[in-house]
Amino acid sequence: MFPWLTVLIAWPLVGAAVVGLGALGRSRTGPASAGMGLARPLALLFSLVEVVLLVGAFAAFDTSAAGDHQLGSIYPWIPQIGASYAVGVNGVGLLLVALSVLLVPLVLLAAWQEQGRDEVRLRKFVALVLLLEAFMVAVFSARDVFLFYVLFEAMLIPAYFLIGGFGQGAGRRRAAVKFLMFSLGGGLIMLAAVIALYFLAVGAGVDPSQAFLVRELIEVDLGTAAERLMFLGFFIAFAIKAPMVPVHSWLPDVAGNATPGTSTLLICVLDKVGTFGMLTLCLPLFPEASRWAAPFVIALAVISVLYGAIMAIMQTDLLRLVGWTSVSHFGFIILGIFTFTPLGTAGSSFMMLNHGLATGALFLTAGFLVSRHPEKSQKIAAYSGLRSVTPVLAGTFLVAGLATLSLPGLATFVSEIMVLVGAFGGAPTGSAAWAIAAIPGVVLAAVYVLLTYQKIFTGAPAAGLDALPDLRVRERIVAAPLVAGLLVLGLVPGLALTYVNEPADRTATFLTVDEPADAAAQMGSDK
Amino acid sequence: MTEFVAPEIDWLALAPLIVVLGAGVVGVLVEAFVPAKARRVTQIVLTLAALAGGFGFIAVLWPQIVAQPVQVVGGSVTLTPFALGAQGIIAVLAFLGVLVVADRTSTGQDSFAPTASAVPGTSYEDLARRSGLEQTEIYPLLLFAAGGMMLFASTDDLIVMFIALEVLSLPLYVLCATARRRRLLSQEAAAKYFLLGAFASALFIFGVALIYGFAGTVRLIGTPDKPGVIGVIQSGTAPLAGMSVLLVAGVLLVTVGLLFKVGAVPFHAWTPDVYTGAPTPITGFMAACTKVAAVAALVEVLYRISIGVQAVDPEIMRQLQIVIVVVAVLTMAVGTVIGSVQTDVKRLLAYSSIAHAGFLLVGVAGFNPQVQSSTLFYLLAYGIATIGAFGVVTLVRERRITPGSGEDNGPVGDDGVVLGEATEIAQWAGLGRKAPWLTGAFALFLLSMAGIPLTAGFIAKFGAFSGAVSGGLWWLAVLGVLASVVAVAFYLRLLVVMVFQRAQDEPETSQVEPVETGGSTTGGGSTSEGATATLTKTQVTTAQRVVVTVVRSRGPAAVAIAVCAIATVILGVFPSPVLDLVEQASKFVP
Repeated sequence: MFPWLTVLIAWPLVGAAVVGLGALGRSRTGPASAGMGLARPLALLFSLVEVVLLVGAFAAFDTSAAGDHQLGSIYPWIPQIGASYAVGVNGVGLLLVALSVLLVPLVLLAAWQEQGRDEVRLRKFVALVLLLEAFMVAVFSARDVFLFYVLFEAMLIPAYFLIGGFGQGAGRRRAAVKFLMFSLGGGLIMLAAVIALYFLAVGAGVDPSQAFLVRELIEVDLGTAAERLMFLGFFIAFAIKAPMVPVHSWLPDVAGNATPGTSTLLICVLDKVGTFGMLTLCLPLFPEASRWAAPFVIALAVISVLYGAIMAIMQTDLLRLVGWTSVSHFGFIILGIFTFTPLGTAGSSFMMLNHGLATGALFLTAGFLVSRHPEKSQKIAAYSGLRSVTPVLAGTFLVAGLATLSLPGLATFVSEIMVLVGAFGGAPTGSAAWAIAAIPGVVLAAVYVLLTYQKIFTGAPAAGLDALPDLRVRERIVAAPLVAGLLVLGLVPGLALTYVNEPADRTATFLTVDEPADAAAQMGSDK
Repeated sequence: MTEFVAPEIDWLALAPLIVVLGAGVVGVLVEAFVPAKARRVTQIVLTLAALAGGFGFIAVLWPQIVAQPVQVVGGSVTLTPFALGAQGIIAVLAFLGVLVVADRTSTGQDSFAPTASAVPGTSYEDLARRSGLEQTEIYPLLLFAAGGMMLFASTDDLIVMFIALEVLSLPLYVLCATARRRRLLSQEAAAKYFLLGAFASALFIFGVALIYGFAGTVRLIGTPDKPGVIGVIQSGTAPLAGMSVLLVAGVLLVTVGLLFKVGAVPFHAWTPDVYTGAPTPITGFMAACTKVAAVAALVEVLYRISIGVQAVDPEIMRQLQIVIVVVAVLTMAVGTVIGSVQTDVKRLLAYSSIAHAGFLLVGVAGFNPQVQSSTLFYLLAYGIATIGAFGVVTLVRERRITPGSGEDNGPVGDDGVVLGEATEIAQWAGLGRKAPWLTGAFALFLLSMAGIPLTAGFIAKFGAFSGAVSGGLWWLAVLGVLASVVAVAFYLRLLVVMVFQRAQDEPETSQVEPVETGGSTTGGGSTSEGATATLTKTQVTTAQRVVVTVVRSRGPAAVAIAVCAIATVILGVFPSPVLDLVEQASKFVP
């Protein structure tokens, strides 16, 4: 069988190497000589070929067995410590891989002019983006805990340089360091759990050279206390990444200081590793501990929903505002995951995709807006009355905003309803009450989106802003796929639900059935 | 009277040591007989060839030793796979270290004083410099140090170990005093190192005496007909079998002597000063190779003793473990916390080396012989990153530009006078623009030291923490993880300065303080600028400014840095072959 995922991982790496190696060692002073201006087109080409490869992967994916992990390969990597190179995706993983692969060309296109004309700088920038893409695809496909951990940490490095080296805010270095310290802190706690998991698995009779394979680990009975400790180790790392209140504070700083393109990759894709990890590692590996922690996690998730929304309303910086809305949305995703119902879990999986599209559209449109301002101001108060000046920009922003507030007819509405209904009938105690408590989050979302739209786009155009150009062709090409995706998936959600329903069913069965031997075999199945 | 029987000596097993130490002796003769012009090249070729040859013999011996460890001359050299592995790592690291030492850079000067014995600031010093003298004795000294380290890591006899300790230390004391610039600081460092080192040696030998008093032997394993400390304890035939306190005190004193060389807290106080004062290539050599030898010796002594006492008196074993655990925790804490407030690159790397000693001890403290292979891997990963990092430091220099002399035009060019290394962290701002490859390599070394996945440092740290967990000390692993977070913070600080900050030396006014060669952080204060810089601090007028520049390597250092960088990545991504090798090496007794 063709190793689609391995190819999808390797191709951006090749691209990063081809584009990036020219960046080092070039003369800093004179104009970059040979290969002038090739960085961006070359990177775009690589990312578009990656999209074609993705289409091939979708064609090869068997949707009738969406719960199985497919398209993968498995080789021994470091047998001495039990690590394998094992990749494979089920429906959820495939959708997230698709999200990563689709967003990269859009982000490259959106950032076409923001990084200036210095060829060396551009080469570094696009090489980092492609490197990040490879890591993102790999992390969503990893079926080995060690491999997952390595990628989980390694992808912080390109992200760190993208924020700190190419951001546009004055506090970008601080934001980059904060981001890295939070993530590494969480990651190292997870490392302790990963090591402990290995020794417990070997102790339980798993072949030491394969002791990190998820399919092996799922069947190990860890014992209650150890399982809970390890659950915490993994969960804290994922909660920081997701980000969840109270370990979210790095995210608004990053959103306010990185470029919108970086924020899109970071918050719309990379942070999904947090929720994806909860869904595909925490729940299957530590089912008992997940049930034990669920009431607490649900409470924190709903607090995230409300707190993120309230903070978003209070923001004066447009990009920080979008960052805070994500805190709120990640709350919904986590809420759905920990309901242990097929509906809630499927809703969460679907929402991971939708949030990527909606927030990505919002970040990128906000970026277009900011780039038009004479002083590149990110303050909401610096804008007004732009609807008549830049109607297409206003329309795109409105659609992205409406998707963020989950307007019926858009994809986000379907997933949010699924999560809330799922939570209402959720297995953990108090789930229904928390579901009701989360509903004001929907209303608050309407407030922050519509208020912002009103401030920026309605009224009389502010002085100096009355001649701003509308969206250019390049920017329309960026916005169109996102808007179209939100509309199509809103009207025909079945397109995506085919991929997430079966994995969700399996997860829910696995967590609610008392005798999980059968379910474990199903959860771990690699095809 | 028994007849005299000539001892049977397995010369092949001794070959690595003989090659390296013998080449050292030849190097001394080279000093005497080879004409001055050819001396430097001869010495470099001889040194590199000796280390490569030594490594070759180690490779040849490897399969044989893995199958059957040997004791030569009654255990004075005991080649277990672990010892041989340590020897191999020392040979490789010493080879890379010598490459950095040998580089004269585009300034045409190496890092060593023309005559180290000249009193700083005298006309004799000036004369020596002008007549182009060179101190080529450095190379035989390096060989003696490397040979001593190899013996240190591969002996069963505590007296031989003591001799090896001196053989490796004395050349290092001398080498520390030979810096071309900041000579007083360098000499001060050497004096400190010597005094504290002598103190540690004294403790070591006192410990050996106590062990001898208890067991009647200074060998740990001994030979079949003459059992060592282990055998004596197990059979209960020690002359003073009742007084196990002698044994405990003796082992502790020996351990203290070894921990001093490892640079573990509370025996670390010399490290920052010596690392800062010594010529940077020597610092790299010393930081990497000495640590390998000392940790290997420590592991051998502790584990062999533990084999002896485990069955007989588990209480002693427990006490030993507590000592190591406490030292490990203290070392990690001090290394990372104090490291994070350093303002000098060499001092920062010194504290990083202390922190790594702590992480290494975390792995050792598990007292699980199986996982000591990961200690060897850690030493290799750490050593490679360290030599590479100090190699980079040797190339980042200060350059004094005098306006009006036509030197002040445009960006930093090849004009002005190149001074010593720019070791203030603030001076490294914007290095990423000046020298992207070099910065990339240095960033890689920092990431490896920080233990970021896909670098050698991660696999190493993973192994060390696994060692602690498998020994039941999971909480120690958690502490190690927390210390890692702090350590990441300070590596990151340096990374941010290098990559993200703009250089301060762009503007026309002198924002960079005039040459502060003494280094305010070291407390040395007294400055002597040796060869090229004859002006003192007060004479530097504000009209002149000092910029930071990167000098070109003449080749060897660049090769060393490139090899270190590539090895760091390869050991991080495909560590399997090397892990296989070190896994064979987790054997301490024949």
